[in-house]
Amino acid sequence: MAAVAQRATLGRRLRRWEGLPYWLILPTLAYLALFFVWPMVKSFQLAFQDDGVWTVQPFRTMVDDVEFGNALRFTLLLIVFIIPIQFVLALTMALIVNAKLRARGLFLYIFLLPLAISDLAAGIVWSSMFTELGYLNTVLEKVGAIGTPYIWIDPTHESKLLFTVVMAEIWRSTALIMIILVAGLQGIPRDYTEAAEVFGAGLFNRIRYVILPMLKPSIQVALLLRVILAFEVFSTVIAITGRGSTVLAAEAWRWQTANMDANVAAAYASLILVLSVVSAALVLGLLRTPKERIAR
Amino acid sequence: MKAAWLPRVALHAGAVILSLWVVLPIYFITLAAFSTQDAVYKYPKNLVPQDLSTETMRFFLNSAGVVDSLQRSVFVAALTLLFALGVGTPAGYAIARFVFRGANGFRLAVVSTRAFPIVILSIPLAVTYIRWGIDDSVLGVALAHTALALPFAVLVTSSVFAGISVELEEAAMTLGCSRMAAFRKIALPLALPGLAAAAIFVFIISWNEVFAASILTLRNPTLPAQVLSVLNESALPFRFAGGFFLLAPSLIVIFVIRKYLFNMWGRVVK
Repeated sequence: MAAVAQRATLGRRLRRWEGLPYWLILPTLAYLALFFVWPMVKSFQLAFQDDGVWTVQPFRTMVDDVEFGNALRFTLLLIVFIIPIQFVLALTMALIVNAKLRARGLFLYIFLLPLAISDLAAGIVWSSMFTELGYLNTVLEKVGAIGTPYIWIDPTHESKLLFTVVMAEIWRSTALIMIILVAGLQGIPRDYTEAAEVFGAGLFNRIRYVILPMLKPSIQVALLLRVILAFEVFSTVIAITGRGSTVLAAEAWRWQTANMDANVAAAYASLILVLSVVSAALVLGLLRTPKERIAR
Repeated sequence: MKAAWLPRVALHAGAVILSLWVVLPIYFITLAAFSTQDAVYKYPKNLVPQDLSTETMRFFLNSAGVVDSLQRSVFVAALTLLFALGVGTPAGYAIARFVFRGANGFRLAVVSTRAFPIVILSIPLAVTYIRWGIDDSVLGVALAHTALALPFAVLVTSSVFAGISVELEEAAMTLGCSRMAAFRKIALPLALPGLAAAAIFVFIISWNEVFAASILTLRNPTLPAQVLSVLNESALPFRFAGGFFLLAPSLIVIFVIRKYLFNMWGRVVK
């Protein structure tokens, strides 16, 4: 009886606080409105208006600029090359961590190391590797693979620049994909893979028919995050290639800081936003998980 | 059971190769940062510690603007941490503890802010800040970084509170605690380690951020913005020591919060 009475008073006391969750989320909502929604609206305004008059002039300036095509192409090429390689690597790392190796804790820690490394730091680290008198050439020369220093960062070869930036970006951001995949792997009951093994499925078939399908939601989240981050790539490119190549975010930065033209910078920003949202929608659409599968 | 050792050997080999790939670049930049300036220019480079010296690091730290921007970076990160957790922790607690209309919508709104790149926030803010009189200031950068870190803070704190049994708080309340006292005496102490991990990660988000920082500052950059602005004209010792200096805190952070990472990201992505 006493317990029931206690519950009742507790219930009353809790009901008195029904509005509480709204008060608790209010500061966050207000902050996001002020520092997220409003700047976004402002950004489009900057891109489309000049002294209150509607115009597409910033976009025209953006598209007519010689660097625009290069920036767009390099950004898209980065995505095309980074994502597939990165997912294979991240999945390999995740499977290694998930296998019961004795040193798995150590491997996990090492694989996670780049998680908090900034794009700028990663860019500088890899420029020390790729620079002409740098560490990669030293290693290659010591093992006898090359006789004279190889020029990796060559402004006249877009493919070489692409390769160096792809390496740095994969190095930096694979940890993020891996951590999402490991979390997903841990949600797959061991019975499933063991059953497949008992029935004679080899490693590749287990990955292909059991692990990948069950990992699909995690892969989707990781892909979503990765595609969005890919449009923000910026200081890695500047740190490694200097002015040798450029990406969309770097152009936005240059227009804002060097050319002091906030309108064209905002046009770039709007383009980046539209591209991120469109590719996020594409990822969601392409990898749609049917409801009955989620329910399992 | 045919050749059961073979996959294990392959697994270990793969693990070691991937580990080397992650660790070697970090090792090399550390080596470069702690060698003499002559060794930095030398080719072929030393691959083992030789000519160790703090000369290169001192050169970096004594370069114009580095110490000032370092101080600013620390202030900005500390303010960001305060703002993001101050504003975000109540919201995190709300979605962890209450069932309320719009809770899912709120969660979704917070998650979806990740889709909006910092690029689109910082450019209009640069214009607005001039009107507000906080252009080129520590406060301005911290406010922008808070926008970046807040969604993360909300989701992580909510997962921290979700990991603490609600019954403990209810028990305290049946024993006469007010809701506030129950939170302060029960939930908060239990959540403290998780909240500290979240705080550390928020700090590093701000420490790492360079786009907004370099757009919102002119004469008073943060350390990454300072390094970026002179990077392509600077000497190798400056680059390498600067790279190491930007990198080192993130390695320490990962070490300190390694136990919490899975709780943080594992739940954040769900």
